Amino acid sequence: MFNFLVFLSLLAVGFVFGRLNEAKHFRALLKRERELAHIIVTNTKHIPDGMRSCEFVSGNMVVSVDYFKRIIAGLRGLVGGRINSYTSLVERARREAVVRMKLEAAAQGMTHISNLRIETASVFQNAKTGIGSIEAYAYGTALK
Amino acid sequence: MRDIEITNLETIPGRTITQHLGMVQGNTVRAKHVGRDIMAGFKNIVGGELRGYTELLTESREESVKRMVEEAHALGANAILNVRFSTSSVSAGASELYVYGTAVVVS
Repeated sequence: MFNFLVFLSLLAVGFVFGRLNEAKHFRALLKRERELAHIIVTNTKHIPDGMRSCEFVSGNMVVSVDYFKRIIAGLRGLVGGRINSYTSLVERARREAVVRMKLEAAAQGMTHISNLRIETASVFQNAKTGIGSIEAYAYGTALK
Repeated sequence: MRDIEITNLETIPGRTITQHLGMVQGNTVRAKHVGRDIMAGFKNIVGGELRGYTELLTESREESVKRMVEEAHALGANAILNVRFSTSSVSAGASELYVYGTAVVVS
Protein backbone atom coordinates (compact mmCIF):
# COMPACT_ATOMS: atom_id res chain seq x y z
CA MET A 1 0.00 0.00 0.00
CA PHE A 2 2.84 2.38 0.98
CA ASN A 3 4.70 1.56 -2.21
CA PHE A 4 1.62 2.33 -4.20
CA LEU A 5 1.30 5.73 -2.52
CA VAL A 6 4.93 6.52 -3.32
CA PHE A 7 4.32 5.51 -6.90
CA LEU A 8 1.24 7.71 -7.14
CA SER A 9 2.98 10.74 -5.64
CA LEU A 10 5.97 10.32 -7.97
CA LEU A 11 3.54 10.12 -10.83
CA ALA A 12 1.80 13.31 -9.71
CA VAL A 13 5.09 15.18 -9.11
CA GLY A 14 6.37 14.05 -12.50
CA PHE A 15 3.19 15.09 -14.23
CA VAL A 16 2.95 18.56 -12.69
CA PHE A 17 6.62 19.58 -12.74
CA GLY A 18 7.40 17.85 -16.00
CA ARG A 19 4.57 19.69 -17.70
CA LEU A 20 5.49 23.09 -16.23
CA ASN A 21 9.15 22.58 -17.07
CA GLU A 22 8.42 21.63 -20.63
CA ALA A 23 6.01 24.52 -21.26
CA LYS A 24 8.55 26.96 -19.81
CA HIS A 25 11.33 25.55 -21.94
CA PHE A 26 9.27 25.71 -25.15
CA ARG A 27 8.36 29.35 -24.47
CA ALA A 28 12.02 30.23 -23.84
CA LEU A 29 13.06 28.37 -26.99
CA LEU A 30 10.59 30.26 -29.15
CA LYS A 31 11.80 33.59 -27.82
CA ARG A 32 15.47 32.78 -28.34
CA GLU A 33 14.86 31.33 -31.78
CA ARG A 34 13.22 34.61 -32.83
CA GLU A 35 16.16 36.59 -31.48
CA LEU A 36 18.63 34.45 -33.42
CA ALA A 37 16.63 34.30 -36.65
CA HIS A 38 19.13 36.60 -38.38
CA ILE A 39 21.69 33.79 -38.53
CA ILE A 40 21.02 31.72 -41.63
CA VAL A 41 21.55 28.02 -41.06
CA THR A 42 21.81 25.46 -43.85
CA ASN A 43 22.79 21.84 -43.92
CA THR A 44 24.45 22.09 -47.31
CA LYS A 45 28.16 22.59 -47.80
CA HIS A 46 27.61 25.66 -49.94
CA ILE A 47 29.60 28.74 -48.95
CA PRO A 48 27.71 31.96 -49.80
CA ASP A 49 29.60 34.64 -51.73
CA GLY A 50 31.62 37.18 -49.82
CA MET A 51 32.51 35.01 -46.82
CA ARG A 52 35.95 35.76 -45.41
CA SER A 53 36.41 33.69 -42.30
CA CYS A 54 35.06 30.54 -40.76
CA GLU A 55 34.82 29.12 -37.27
CA PHE A 56 33.62 25.79 -35.92
CA VAL A 57 30.57 26.16 -33.64
CA SER A 58 28.59 23.65 -31.62
CA GLY A 59 25.95 23.30 -28.93
CA ASN A 60 24.57 20.43 -26.90
CA MET A 61 21.99 19.51 -24.30
CA VAL A 62 21.33 16.43 -22.21
CA VAL A 63 17.70 16.02 -21.26
CA SER A 64 15.94 13.62 -18.99
CA VAL A 65 12.37 12.42 -19.22
CA ASP A 66 10.08 12.83 -16.19
CA TYR A 67 8.55 10.00 -14.19
CA PHE A 68 5.03 10.38 -15.56
CA LYS A 69 6.15 10.28 -19.17
CA ARG A 70 8.35 7.29 -18.54
CA ILE A 71 5.40 5.32 -17.18
CA ILE A 72 3.18 6.38 -20.08
CA ALA A 73 5.89 5.39 -22.53
CA GLY A 74 6.25 2.06 -20.74
CA LEU A 75 2.54 1.40 -21.17
CA ARG A 76 2.79 2.47 -24.79
CA GLY A 77 5.49 -0.14 -25.21
CA LEU A 78 2.93 -2.84 -24.53
CA VAL A 79 0.60 -1.90 -27.34
CA GLY A 80 2.96 -0.14 -29.72
CA GLY A 81 2.40 3.13 -31.56
CA ARG A 82 3.60 6.68 -31.33
CA ILE A 83 5.13 7.90 -28.05
CA ASN A 84 4.30 11.61 -28.05
CA SER A 85 6.00 12.26 -24.74
CA TYR A 86 9.38 11.17 -26.11
CA THR A 87 8.86 13.00 -29.38
CA SER A 88 8.63 16.32 -27.54
CA LEU A 89 11.62 15.40 -25.37
CA VAL A 90 13.95 14.86 -28.31
CA GLU A 91 12.59 17.97 -30.01
CA ARG A 92 13.44 20.06 -26.95
CA ALA A 93 16.99 18.77 -26.81
CA ARG A 94 17.55 19.33 -30.52
CA ARG A 95 16.14 22.82 -30.63
CA GLU A 96 18.10 23.83 -27.55
CA ALA A 97 21.33 22.47 -29.05
CA VAL A 98 20.76 24.46 -32.24
CA VAL A 99 20.01 27.63 -30.23
CA ARG A 100 23.23 27.21 -28.24
CA MET A 101 25.21 26.69 -31.42
CA LYS A 102 23.69 29.85 -32.90
CA LEU A 103 24.49 31.80 -29.72
CA GLU A 104 28.14 30.80 -30.09
CA ALA A 105 28.09 32.01 -33.70
CA ALA A 106 26.32 35.26 -32.77
CA ALA A 107 28.89 35.99 -30.06
CA GLN A 108 31.59 35.99 -32.77
CA GLY A 109 29.58 38.15 -35.14
CA MET A 110 28.94 35.36 -37.63
CA THR A 111 26.08 35.66 -40.11
CA HIS A 112 25.75 32.17 -41.58
CA ILE A 113 26.14 28.59 -40.45
CA SER A 114 26.87 26.02 -43.12
CA ASN A 115 26.81 22.25 -43.04
CA LEU A 116 24.74 21.87 -39.89
CA ARG A 117 24.79 18.34 -38.46
CA ILE A 118 22.65 17.17 -35.57
CA GLU A 119 23.46 14.03 -33.70
CA THR A 120 21.34 12.36 -31.05
CA ALA A 121 22.60 9.71 -28.68
CA SER A 122 21.46 7.95 -25.57
CA VAL A 123 24.15 8.62 -22.99
CA PHE A 124 25.15 7.29 -19.59
CA GLN A 125 22.71 4.41 -19.56
CA ASN A 126 22.18 3.26 -15.98
CA ALA A 127 22.80 -0.47 -15.58
CA LYS A 128 20.29 -0.93 -12.78
CA THR A 129 17.33 1.02 -14.03
CA GLY A 130 18.08 0.96 -17.73
CA ILE A 131 17.24 4.66 -17.83
CA GLY A 132 19.41 6.81 -19.97
CA SER A 133 19.36 10.43 -20.93
CA ILE A 134 19.17 11.81 -24.40
CA GLU A 135 21.84 14.08 -25.75
CA ALA A 136 21.44 16.24 -28.81
CA TYR A 137 24.57 17.73 -30.31
CA ALA A 138 24.47 20.28 -33.11
CA TYR A 139 27.54 21.48 -34.96
CA GLY A 140 28.42 23.39 -38.07
CA THR A 141 30.75 25.94 -39.59
CA ALA A 142 29.95 29.58 -38.87
CA LEU A 143 30.87 32.04 -41.59
CA LYS A 144 31.07 35.79 -41.97
CA MET B 1 47.62 25.11 -30.31
CA ARG B 2 44.61 26.97 -31.66
CA ASP B 3 46.29 28.07 -34.86
CA ILE B 4 44.73 25.05 -36.56
CA GLU B 5 41.51 25.86 -38.33
CA ILE B 6 38.73 23.36 -37.77
CA THR B 7 35.70 23.18 -40.02
CA ASN B 8 33.20 20.61 -41.20
CA LEU B 9 33.20 22.07 -44.69
CA GLU B 10 35.37 20.72 -47.48
CA THR B 11 37.13 24.01 -48.12
CA ILE B 12 38.07 27.14 -46.21
CA PRO B 13 36.74 30.34 -47.76
CA GLY B 14 39.48 32.40 -49.41
CA ARG B 15 42.17 29.70 -49.06
CA THR B 16 43.45 26.89 -51.23
CA ILE B 17 44.47 23.42 -50.17
CA THR B 18 48.06 22.70 -51.06
CA GLN B 19 48.57 19.32 -49.42
CA HIS B 20 46.45 16.48 -48.03
CA LEU B 21 47.93 14.70 -45.02
CA GLY B 22 45.31 12.05 -44.35
CA MET B 23 42.86 11.36 -41.59
CA VAL B 24 43.33 12.51 -38.01
CA GLN B 25 41.22 11.44 -35.07
CA GLY B 26 40.71 11.75 -31.35
CA ASN B 27 38.53 10.00 -28.80
CA THR B 28 37.64 9.93 -25.12
CA VAL B 29 35.57 7.56 -23.05
CA ARG B 30 34.00 9.24 -20.05
CA ALA B 31 32.02 7.87 -17.16
CA LYS B 32 29.63 9.92 -15.10
CA HIS B 33 30.36 10.25 -11.40
CA VAL B 34 28.22 9.59 -8.36
CA GLY B 35 27.64 13.19 -7.29
CA ARG B 36 26.22 14.07 -10.64
CA ASP B 37 24.18 10.89 -10.59
CA ILE B 38 22.27 11.89 -7.45
CA MET B 39 21.14 15.12 -9.05
CA ALA B 40 20.28 13.17 -12.18
CA GLY B 41 18.15 10.79 -10.12
CA PHE B 42 16.07 13.71 -8.97
CA LYS B 43 15.82 15.05 -12.50
CA ASN B 44 14.61 11.66 -13.64
CA ILE B 45 11.42 12.35 -11.64
CA VAL B 46 10.69 15.93 -12.65
CA GLY B 47 12.39 15.89 -16.05
CA GLY B 48 14.48 18.63 -17.59
CA GLU B 49 18.07 19.35 -18.47
CA LEU B 50 20.88 17.43 -16.78
CA ARG B 51 23.32 20.33 -16.68
CA GLY B 52 26.14 18.30 -15.16
CA TYR B 53 25.98 15.81 -18.01
CA THR B 54 25.78 18.53 -20.65
CA GLU B 55 29.00 20.04 -19.28
CA LEU B 56 30.66 16.66 -18.91
CA LEU B 57 30.03 15.82 -22.56
CA THR B 58 31.20 19.25 -23.70
CA GLU B 59 34.46 18.81 -21.78
CA SER B 60 34.96 15.33 -23.18
CA ARG B 61 34.40 16.54 -26.71
CA GLU B 62 36.92 19.33 -26.20
CA GLU B 63 39.41 16.71 -25.06
CA SER B 64 38.80 14.58 -28.16
CA VAL B 65 39.25 17.63 -30.37
CA LYS B 66 42.49 18.44 -28.53
CA ARG B 67 43.83 14.97 -29.31
CA MET B 68 42.86 15.30 -32.94
CA VAL B 69 44.54 18.72 -33.15
CA GLU B 70 47.72 17.32 -31.58
CA GLU B 71 47.80 14.59 -34.20
CA ALA B 72 47.32 17.16 -36.97
CA HIS B 73 50.11 19.27 -35.49
CA ALA B 74 52.46 16.32 -35.54
CA LEU B 75 51.73 15.91 -39.24
CA GLY B 76 52.45 19.59 -39.87
CA ALA B 77 48.90 20.52 -40.87
CA ASN B 78 47.36 23.95 -40.39
CA ALA B 79 43.71 23.01 -40.92
CA ILE B 80 41.36 20.08 -40.39
CA LEU B 81 38.51 19.75 -42.86
CA ASN B 82 35.29 17.79 -42.93
CA VAL B 83 35.25 17.17 -39.19
CA ARG B 84 32.64 14.67 -37.92
CA PHE B 85 31.60 13.73 -34.42
CA SER B 86 30.11 10.53 -33.18
CA THR B 87 28.83 9.52 -29.77
CA SER B 88 28.25 6.00 -28.57
CA SER B 89 27.33 4.31 -25.36
CA VAL B 90 30.12 1.78 -24.84
CA SER B 91 29.08 0.36 -21.50
CA ALA B 92 26.66 1.11 -18.67
CA GLY B 93 27.36 4.63 -17.45
CA ALA B 94 30.08 5.45 -19.95
CA SER B 95 30.05 7.17 -23.31
CA GLU B 96 32.61 7.50 -26.04
CA LEU B 97 33.09 10.73 -27.93
CA TYR B 98 34.92 10.36 -31.21
CA VAL B 99 35.98 13.05 -33.64
CA TYR B 100 37.71 12.68 -36.98
CA GLY B 101 38.64 14.78 -39.97
CA THR B 102 41.14 15.31 -42.75
CA ALA B 103 44.37 17.14 -42.01
CA VAL B 104 45.48 19.52 -44.75
CA VAL B 105 47.85 22.34 -45.42
CA VAL B 106 46.13 25.48 -46.71
CA SER B 107 47.62 28.70 -47.95
